[in-house]
Amino acid sequence: MKYIDEFRQRELAQKLANAINKAVEPERQYNLMEFCGGHTHAIFRYGVQDLMPPNVKFVHGPGCPVCVLPIGRIDNAIALLEEHDVILCTYGDMLRVPASGRKSLLKVKAAGGDVRMVYSTQDALKIAHDNPERQVVFFAIGFETTTPPTAVAIKQAQAQGLKNFSVFCNHVLTPAAIQNILESPEVRDMGTVSIDGFFGPSHVSSIIGSRPYEFFAEEFQRPVVIAGFEPLDVMQSALMLIRQLNEGRHEVENEYTRVVTRDGNAKAQALVAEVFELRRAFEWRGLGLVPYSALQIKQPFAEFDAEKRFDVPTIRASDVKGCECPSILRGVKKPTDCKLFGTVCTPENPMGSCMVSSEGACAAYWSYGRFRRPADAQPEPAARQDSAQESAA
Amino acid sequence: MSAVAKRFPVRLDIKRGKVDMTHGSGGRAMAQLIDELFVKHLDNELLRQANDQASFSVPAGRMVMSTDGHVISPLFFPGGDIGSLAVHGTINDVAMSGARPLYLSASFILEEGFPLADLERIVASMAAAAEAAGVPVVTGDTKVVEKGKGDGVFITTTGVGVVPEGLAISGDRARPGDVILVSGDLGDHGVAIMSSRENLQFETQIESDSAALHTLVAAMVAAVPDIHCLRDPTRGGLATTLNELAMQSGVGMRLQESDIPIKPAVNAACELLGLDPLYIANEGKLICICPPQHAAHLLTVMQAHPQGRQAAIVGEVVEDPHSFVQMETAFGGSRIVDWLAGEQLPRIC
Repeated sequence: MKYIDEFRQRELAQKLANAINKAVEPERQYNLMEFCGGHTHAIFRYGVQDLMPPNVKFVHGPGCPVCVLPIGRIDNAIALLEEHDVILCTYGDMLRVPASGRKSLLKVKAAGGDVRMVYSTQDALKIAHDNPERQVVFFAIGFETTTPPTAVAIKQAQAQGLKNFSVFCNHVLTPAAIQNILESPEVRDMGTVSIDGFFGPSHVSSIIGSRPYEFFAEEFQRPVVIAGFEPLDVMQSALMLIRQLNEGRHEVENEYTRVVTRDGNAKAQALVAEVFELRRAFEWRGLGLVPYSALQIKQPFAEFDAEKRFDVPTIRASDVKGCECPSILRGVKKPTDCKLFGTVCTPENPMGSCMVSSEGACAAYWSYGRFRRPADAQPEPAARQDSAQESAA
Repeated sequence: MSAVAKRFPVRLDIKRGKVDMTHGSGGRAMAQLIDELFVKHLDNELLRQANDQASFSVPAGRMVMSTDGHVISPLFFPGGDIGSLAVHGTINDVAMSGARPLYLSASFILEEGFPLADLERIVASMAAAAEAAGVPVVTGDTKVVEKGKGDGVFITTTGVGVVPEGLAISGDRARPGDVILVSGDLGDHGVAIMSSRENLQFETQIESDSAALHTLVAAMVAAVPDIHCLRDPTRGGLATTLNELAMQSGVGMRLQESDIPIKPAVNAACELLGLDPLYIANEGKLICICPPQHAAHLLTVMQAHPQGRQAAIVGEVVEDPHSFVQMETAFGGSRIVDWLAGEQLPRIC
């Protein structure tokens, strides 16, 4: 496949693996956090960690929009279905996320709730057009990448005078979350989590550009490399991070130059600024309340705000007891540290959100990497075995 | 069929007519539907006898029997429809034992209001598929459910067949060292179906691979009677089917991603939708596991058959108490190819 296979070539991967092997200082540990679920997915799906030396470790960050949404917001969405009888349009990943009382959108759907899986905001608008007698709510989630299409839908709904369409807005912001992780005591003071560098988001950065990361690189003295989602992108970016660390630099570098610029997509940014404004604070699963980390719909578009139309309450629901999703999302723990992992919590029956989406750390560990647990490790060539154990250790 | 015309002076209005409750009531309307639509197309000696069962003699030996319900949406898709699929699906399930399929039965659950023209198109397609395969539909049943209680038409087919002497094909016979073959490009059916779903229309040249595989199987077992496992990777695709076989046999498997045949257009559609082609359904492909010494010969035999032109060796069976299916990725790493969890849902970003 053109423009895809070029970024998945085995020969180039081997060359990069050799270069990385040569570049790492043997005594040094390199803990690199990939913020985005897309990177987590690529690392596991293509087996990138097998190609890394043992002292380079990927720390999986909170960049999966499904995983960071707190239970209370899903409870809200379920209440819209059960109490207001709306048609709820949502992206597929949301369906299986566990909510309070052992519910999920999938279970509510089976019980008669009108949940429609859509592929774009345009599908949701069409459903609103086709069902004028029903209230249609789009369950908007995601980082900066999915925000502009939601803005477009709201503007279209206004232009068309749609009276039965609204948006339950849960759009969140990447820079605020990264800053929150870096400022957390585990990273800053206690040193429980050592994060030496960051893979910057790829799709998010195509919208916001690379400039917003310059502050962290400077303030927290950590290098950031904006990385594409293909496995060669991840490896090339790892090499760039390792070189920066070796040279004592902490700059924002851009590996994903074929898409990302320093200033990003000005048109999309203007659109988002027109329709949305910052929330004072928003709850993230795993991170708690993070100031100015999410968006809400601006006053001129208030009639399309489901939270206003249906008077949606703030719910603080607690996670399942024993679920380590909060710590896993901050990189404090690994999926295998959780007592529920692989016992009562599996992709078939997820207890926590990290087990739901293929971008979630737990689901990725389970689906693509669980044979790497040292106890289960296959007899393999010595070098491979070392790196395999390292990635699980 | 002049007798038919006499029994029912006014012919069924297939062009504009719709299924109604009387078509399932056991009365004259049902008899007419059977005569003028089902028997007309599926016609054969056994069906024409109009008994509640078909009676036939079978050669001595081990018999197999299999049944499969078809509830597909949409009913018509590029490369086939629910009718041809219902014939191919059951023939394949019978054939995966190495058997020669002999006869089929078909049970229709029709939804009130379903256009007779669509029903005729489906039954004609079923008849053509059965005719081409040489496996007649010899008995059947029709029920009608009220509007809203079905999805147009559901078809359940059952098939019987006879296994040639000397075969012992079963999902629990994979042994470490065995070789894993597939009969051709994977994922065509699932992508063809998705491309024609209402909320997901996209343009593609991909057609469903829906096909009867029994002649391919006959050629394979004639060449290598010691085949250990055969299975068609339908729902859940290659990944799920291999996990089933691994668990049944208590072995692990190791695949080579770069050896797995997938059409570029299928790969592209999966890339776009965030799906993994290893989990996409097939309706005209089989997985075969055989002892290593027979693999090369079997591959040649498969590639010489029209249904096996793109056949390939994709991996091997290994010892593994966890029954994991692992894959060396084309990229040079390795990963687990797990059971499909729930429905395969598209990723969002």
